[in-house]
Formats: sequence, structure tokens, C-alpha cells
Amino acid sequence: MRLSEHKYRTTYRIAGQLLYVENVHAARIGEVVEVVGPDTIRLEGEILEIVKNNILIQLFGETRGLNSKNIEIIFTDTVRQVPLAKDILGRRFNGSFEPLDGLPMFIASEWRPARGNPINPVSRLRPEEFIETGISAIDGLNTLVKGQKLPIFSCAGLPAKELVAQILQNARLRENSKSFAVVFVALGLTFHEYSFYLEALQNIESEFVAIINMADDPVMERLMAPRFALTVAEYLAFDHNMDILVLVTDMTNYCDALREISNARKELPGRRGYPGYMYSDLASLYERAGRIRDSNGSITMIPVITMPEDDITHPIPDLTGYITEGQIVLSRELHQQGVFPPIDVLPSLSRLMQKGIGADMTREDHRELAKQLYKNYAKGRELKKLEAIVGRDGMAESDQLLLDFAAFFENDFIHQATKTRSINQTLDKGLKILEKFNLEPESLKTETAKE
Amino acid sequence: MKIKGTGKIISISGATVRTDLTGLTLFEKVSVGENNLTGEVVRLEKEWSVLQVYEDPSGLGLNEPVRGLGVSLTTTLGPGLLSVIFDGLQRPLDALADKTGPFIHPIHLDTSLDLKKEWAFTPLVNNGDTVSVGVKIGYINEGPFEHPIIIPPGKKGKVESISRGTITLEEPLCRLDDGSNIFGYHNWPMRVPRPYKKKISPREPVITGQRIIDFLFPLARGGTSIIPGGFGTGKTILEQTIAKHADVDIVIYAGCGERGNEMSELIEEFLELEDPRTDRPLMNRTVLVVNTSNMPVAAREASIYTAVTLGEYYRDLGFHVLLLADSISRWAEALREISSSLEEMPGEEGYPTYLASRLSSFVERAGVVETLSGNIGSLSMILSVSPPGGDFTEPVTQALLRTSGAFLMLDTSLAYSRHFPAINWMQSYSLYLNLLAEYFKKNVANDWEVLRSLCREIMHKEEALKEIMEIVGIEGLQEQDRLIMKVAAEIRSDFLAQNAYTDDAFCEPGNTLDIIRSITDQYLKGQNYTSGKSKNETL
Repeated sequence: MRLSEHKYRTTYRIAGQLLYVENVHAARIGEVVEVVGPDTIRLEGEILEIVKNNILIQLFGETRGLNSKNIEIIFTDTVRQVPLAKDILGRRFNGSFEPLDGLPMFIASEWRPARGNPINPVSRLRPEEFIETGISAIDGLNTLVKGQKLPIFSCAGLPAKELVAQILQNARLRENSKSFAVVFVALGLTFHEYSFYLEALQNIESEFVAIINMADDPVMERLMAPRFALTVAEYLAFDHNMDILVLVTDMTNYCDALREISNARKELPGRRGYPGYMYSDLASLYERAGRIRDSNGSITMIPVITMPEDDITHPIPDLTGYITEGQIVLSRELHQQGVFPPIDVLPSLSRLMQKGIGADMTREDHRELAKQLYKNYAKGRELKKLEAIVGRDGMAESDQLLLDFAAFFENDFIHQATKTRSINQTLDKGLKILEKFNLEPESLKTETAKE
Repeated sequence: MKIKGTGKIISISGATVRTDLTGLTLFEKVSVGENNLTGEVVRLEKEWSVLQVYEDPSGLGLNEPVRGLGVSLTTTLGPGLLSVIFDGLQRPLDALADKTGPFIHPIHLDTSLDLKKEWAFTPLVNNGDTVSVGVKIGYINEGPFEHPIIIPPGKKGKVESISRGTITLEEPLCRLDDGSNIFGYHNWPMRVPRPYKKKISPREPVITGQRIIDFLFPLARGGTSIIPGGFGTGKTILEQTIAKHADVDIVIYAGCGERGNEMSELIEEFLELEDPRTDRPLMNRTVLVVNTSNMPVAAREASIYTAVTLGEYYRDLGFHVLLLADSISRWAEALREISSSLEEMPGEEGYPTYLASRLSSFVERAGVVETLSGNIGSLSMILSVSPPGGDFTEPVTQALLRTSGAFLMLDTSLAYSRHFPAINWMQSYSLYLNLLAEYFKKNVANDWEVLRSLCREIMHKEEALKEIMEIVGIEGLQEQDRLIMKVAAEIRSDFLAQNAYTDDAFCEPGNTLDIIRSITDQYLKGQNYTSGKSKNETL
């Protein structure tokens, strides 16, 4: 610790959110600084780089109106910390962690660094407890488990937020967990989206914490907001044994903010101008989901990503898919057919599904049922392409059957409008569809059918 | 360790630190800051040195001390490595968890091996014997595993005294007449390949138990396979399945920049599952090097060197070792991040221009060798690659294609239709086919090669017919062609596809051959039948 407060007035350059200060004697990487400007401007910042006595600071908040002559930089000798207490439940904050709900700041029982520390891989518990979302395409075919990170890959104009709202309203664990809470992170949201989500959050039974960065809020806060939220989530999950669902929307805005800041720092741009370290940066967020030994809590994460140009190979969905344990992909085609939720199950995947389903978790026939539905639907979709060339009449009868199956599957199984289905209803429905088209394998035949 | 003097930190940018300490050597290990973070010297200038810090640098301050440690970054080699889970810098993660709890904080750990643990040592030489590098002076019972103690490179002389019975690694096992001591363990600089007598051309396969690999695209002992694939194509599952079942003595698994949950799954499974060959937990033949994507990037770069040095060590003891790395792309990205923080001139896609040479010298550390003790040992590698956007024209895949012997291309469309392992049978190849032909002929069956050609022929014909079928439909095909389509579909679903979650996860070469034989028999019969019929028709 330094014994006296350090103050400097030696700013020599301001570029967007970046501030350069010279002749500084002592500084730490990641140290928080306070910037006091003219009138009532007070900003926080973080030290990014130290070159001899010159320091590069990244500022949080609006930098308009600053000039290098009239600002004072106060060094605090601490890294960026988040105040934590159980009273945080039910509160809303902005990207600088100031209350947005008009109530005073809660009294912190402790402070933790916003960037967090990586979970030791040997201290992790493997995620395997089934979470029921009430959505057949997810529960039946791409099962979500506690501690998983499963993003939603959407395209502009698709009803991702309606899907998320539905998951929020229905998500529950097998043994109805009393200590379930949602941490909601809005990144660069428009007011329209924000109010939609807020309404959805207020309609759920569980408590929530919201960290909100709106579309017109400072870009730098967009990078900090998810880190604050995850620190809060870690505190609630691992100190208070709660099951936390972290919902982050929209990660595309986060990555664009990362690119903007990287560019301002004159870093070498990588693919499509995004920085080369974007994979590691995204991992430092996504990997904070999970379960650990010695705690009953968990962090499950659902990030929402809008794929630019509907392109799944764009760096944002691409790098996300490499880190997360699967993805739920929405399809424009299904949306146009009026299917809700428009989940395309073929490119969707839940990597942790195998561990979360079966006799003790969901139902014994779940694995085989999912496999058969998947297989036949994949064939049906393949045949649809053929149909476009040769026409339905030119196809074998068995192929026509699969075509009908695929269409029926989309309209009856995937489509469920706003209705919720329990896992049993989902599986029964799947079995019925297979039976209707005589596609169920021997092992799945029900007793009555066998007779 | 000798301390060379102390300097100060003069600038910090991310994990790249400059110090005014001079007189360091390149790639020397340094201790950085008040918390003694581990770092490595990466560049020397006239008035300062540039260091790469291998841990989270936040909180590191200007003017904090830097000390040169006079050694390069090393891997500690000796008994007690098996079953241990290390991070990229070879720190045991269990010991780390004991010290810092479930979350990793930057902290200094002294040793990678437990030096206080007691072992039973049986000497094989007597006082007065002359020993030199490679001589086995005894062995330590590591559970049921006999761990040979071999004179490390650079030492020789007459044995003056040798221990017997219960020992720890702290005390020397053997004293030579020149006054030097031989310990049960030694340190080896991780970036330097370990020496051997000579390299031998590979002649035996690594049986992976994956039908498509063993039969169509086999890996030779001492060879290298690469598995590139976009996300969701099952790289990790394939690597883990091979790690569980491959018929090798020792498995080194490097989880390089990948998911934490997957690693915990792997660790739990390895503790539960038994090795069918020895009836002991799989963990007993495995060393894990884990540096997940959220752990420090520079340690990720070091992690594959830690892994390969461990692999070479067991190779030198005369074992067959398989190194699995998941994924090399994450290593290359770490290299890129470090290079860009050093402000080096970027090459293709921002990767440093030395990417290809670093990769090829890494891959060259695989091989079958005659060890310094005169045994035969091998180190084989299976490396997964995560090309951005699933595009194989990117630099990492391309650089690896030039140096590796087998290419197992994972196909997104196969994965979408849940055909696993999603290895594309048209694009993949193995350069070891001819080298291994003799082995399969002798050890499995005479017609191994014949059946493989037949199988490939059917799959090639199917590919050609598929286009026609898309236009005319299966009804429009000739009977012979319809037969090919039917048999090919069977090969795909009953032979090439293999479920990693059932007993089918491992298939012995004998069974592999039985399955393909029964399918192709059908084909040959059907072919006779249809050609007979068409002859009749023409009559």
C-alpha cells in the first residue's frame, strides 16, 4: 500500500476513452484511477499500460468535455473491485455499477476484483443436472444442464428475446430449487429491447439482479458490465449456494466494443478488425460459468449473439462456439414458416447433454428418442433439397414419408407458440410423431403398440 | 537456484514487462514482482530486457523487483508424475487448489513433484560399477509401475555409493566418484528436445480403436496425426476417446486453451474408468497438462512444451507414449498474442512468421527412437486444430499439413447429421499406409489391404453416384449402382460411424475387419447376382 494519495495533473493526450498521463512515480497494471474534471465530471478509469513514467488509462463513462489541462488523476492503489452483499438481489445497476432504480447503494459486506480468477480445473464439478426450459427443441434435443454455457445464435429480426423471455419464465431444476436467481446483463440494448426484458424479468417468480448498459451508454462500460455481473454471480452461487442463470444480451455489441477499444489503442487488428486476443477475452467471460466442489451453487450462462449477415462463421459466433458447450441456432426459414421458437435443431448442439439425460435424470428412452428424431429429421431435410430438383412425384414413397415427417416435426414438435411443455410431454410428443410415421425403432415401441 | 541480481520493472503492457536488469540470457526464467510471478526472458536490448510473464499480471507495479534465476524454463522429470494434473507451467493443480482454493491466484509454487514422498528403490548397479548416460541404475516402484532411474545426459563416472529401500527424491540415490550426485528426478529445459541414439522409421501402428482411423487412415507409432475441424465437429470427444482406449503405455493429454467443464469431465472419467489391459484406473497411465482458455495465455504457449517434454521422458524410459493436444490452434493464438505484444512484424493472419518453423520443430519431437539406454521408445502425437470458421486454408492447418503424416478432416455436415466420428473419408489421408501394410498383414489378416481398397472403391463410387442420384432419384439408378448405394450406406452407418458412449467406443482390428468383411461380402454376392441377371437378360 502507498501511504499517501497520489494526484497528477500531467495528462498529455486524450483519445476517445483513452487517457495518457506522464511523470507518474508509482502505478500498477489494472489499478483504478479517479478522474476529476471541470464542473461535476467524475470518472473512473483503469491503468492499461505503463511505459517508464508514462501511463495509459482507459476511462469508463462519457469523456466529452474533458481537456488535458483541467483534469486531475487520483491513483487509488487498488484494482477494480465490485461491492457484494446479499442485498444486491432485486437491484438494477448501470455499467459503472451505480444504482439505476433510484434506491441508495447497498452496504457492501465485501469487495472482489471484477476480473475474477480462473476456476482451477480440478476444483470444477462436471455439469450434469438437467434444467427444464419448457421448450421441446431444447429439452428434448439440446438439453441444458446446470453449470453449462449455451449461447443462442440469432439473426437480426428473429425472436431471440421472446425465446429468452420464455426460458426465463419456465426454467427450473428437477427438484424445484428455492435459491434460484437470474443475473441479467444488457449490453448496448435499445430502449425497446430493454423494456421488453425488464417486463419479462418482473414477471418471473425468482429474484434477479440487472446490470444495464444501453445503446447510448459509454462503450467502455460495455466491457466491464459482464465482469461486474459475473463477479456478482460467483458471489451468489459459490458463497450463498444459489443456482444462478446469467443472461447476457447481446454479445455482438460486446465484441464490437472490444474492437473499438482495441482500435483506439492502435493494436493490430485480426479477422474482420477484431483483436487477436478476442478468443481469450471471451473465454475470460464464458469460462466463469460452472460448478465447483464445496459449493451447491452453480452458474449457468445463456449469452445471446446476433450473427452479422446471418453468418455462423463470422468471428463472433465462431469464437463463441469454440468456447461454449454447444449452441442454439435460430433459423430465418423456420421463422418465416411461422414456427416459434424457430430453433434449427440440426446445427444446434448441447455438448453436455449426454450426461444430463437418461433414466435418473429425465427418462430412460430420452437418448434413443432424441437420436431417432434427429436422424429422421436430418434425412427429411436432406430430401427437401432433392424435392426442389425432382419434384415430390419423382421421389420414392419412403422418401415422401420422411418429407412429411420433417414438415410435421417442425410444425408439431419444434413449434409450440407460447405453451410450455414438461419434459414428459416433450418426450411423449416425440414418440407419438415417430409412431405416426412408423419410424420408431423396436426398442422404443410402447407396450400397447407391441401387442 | 543462483540469483543473479535484482532489477526493477520499468514498463508493463499486459503480460509483457520490461526491466532495467541486464546480463540475463535469452529464455532464462525470471521471478517478477513482489509476488514472485514466473516469467521468461524473450528479448535482450542494450539497456533493458523484455520479459513474458506466465501468470495474471494485474496488480503488478512499476519499480517492483525482477530477479534472474539463471536457469531456463524447465520441466521436472521423475517418479510421481503419473495421475497428476498439471497446469501449463507444470504446477500440480491439486497443490494449487490446496493453497488458493477453487480459484487460481497468482502464487509461487516451488516444485512440480512431491519431494517428500517415500518410494521403494531397488538398485541395479553396485559400488564400483562404471555408469554413463542412459545406464539404468535401478527402479522405483510407482504403484504397480516400475519407474526406471536412468543416468541423465551429461553425467558419468564410477558408482561410489548407492541407496536401497525407502527413499525420497530429496536425497541423492547414487554418488559418483567425481563427487556428483544422481537424484531420482532431474530438470530438463522444456524447449530443448531430449537426446537419443538414433531415430527409426515407424513400422507399427497405434491402435486407436476407431475403425475409420485404424482401417483407412492409420497412425504409426512415432507419427503425427492432425484433426482439424470447426466447432461442434467432435474434436475433443474424438481425442478423449482415443486417450482412453489407445494401446500405448503412457498417455500425455494436453488440454491447451479449451473448456474447463470438459476437462473436469475428462478428469472424473479417467478416475472412474479402468484400463482394460491392466485393470487399473486409466489415470494411472496418464499425465494431464491443463491450461484452459481462461488461464494465462503465456502459460498456454508453454503448456505444449511441458507436455512434449514429459512425453519424451517416458519415451526415453523405453515406453510407447501418445501425446494428445487439444488444440494446437489455441497454442498458435497464444503465440500470436505474445508476438503482437512484443510488437513483432506480423505474418499471415497476424501470426508471427516463425509459426511454421516453431510448429515443425515441435512435431519433429515425435518419433520412434533407440534411446540412450538402447531401448526402443516412441512418442506419437494426435493434434487437434480449430480452424476459424471451419476454413482449412488458414495458416495453422496449412503449416501442420506439411509436417504431419496423417490428416483426419472433420466434416461439419457429417456432424450435423450426427455421424461421429465425423471424419471425412474422401478428403482425409494417411502417409503411413505403406509403412504399416506389413504389420496388418502379419498381425491381423492377409486381406487387410484388399478389403481396404474395396471399401475405398465403394465409397468413391457412392460419391460419384450421389450427384446422379440427386437428379434422377434412387429409382432411376441401375441395379448395380443401387447396390453400391445400399452397401455404402451400410458402411457409413455400421462401420465408419462409432458411438463413443457405448462399448463400441473401442474396436479391435480383428473386429474391425470382421465387420467390413461381412458388409463387403454382401456386396460381392450382390454384384455376382446382378451381373448374372444382366447376363441372363442379354441372353
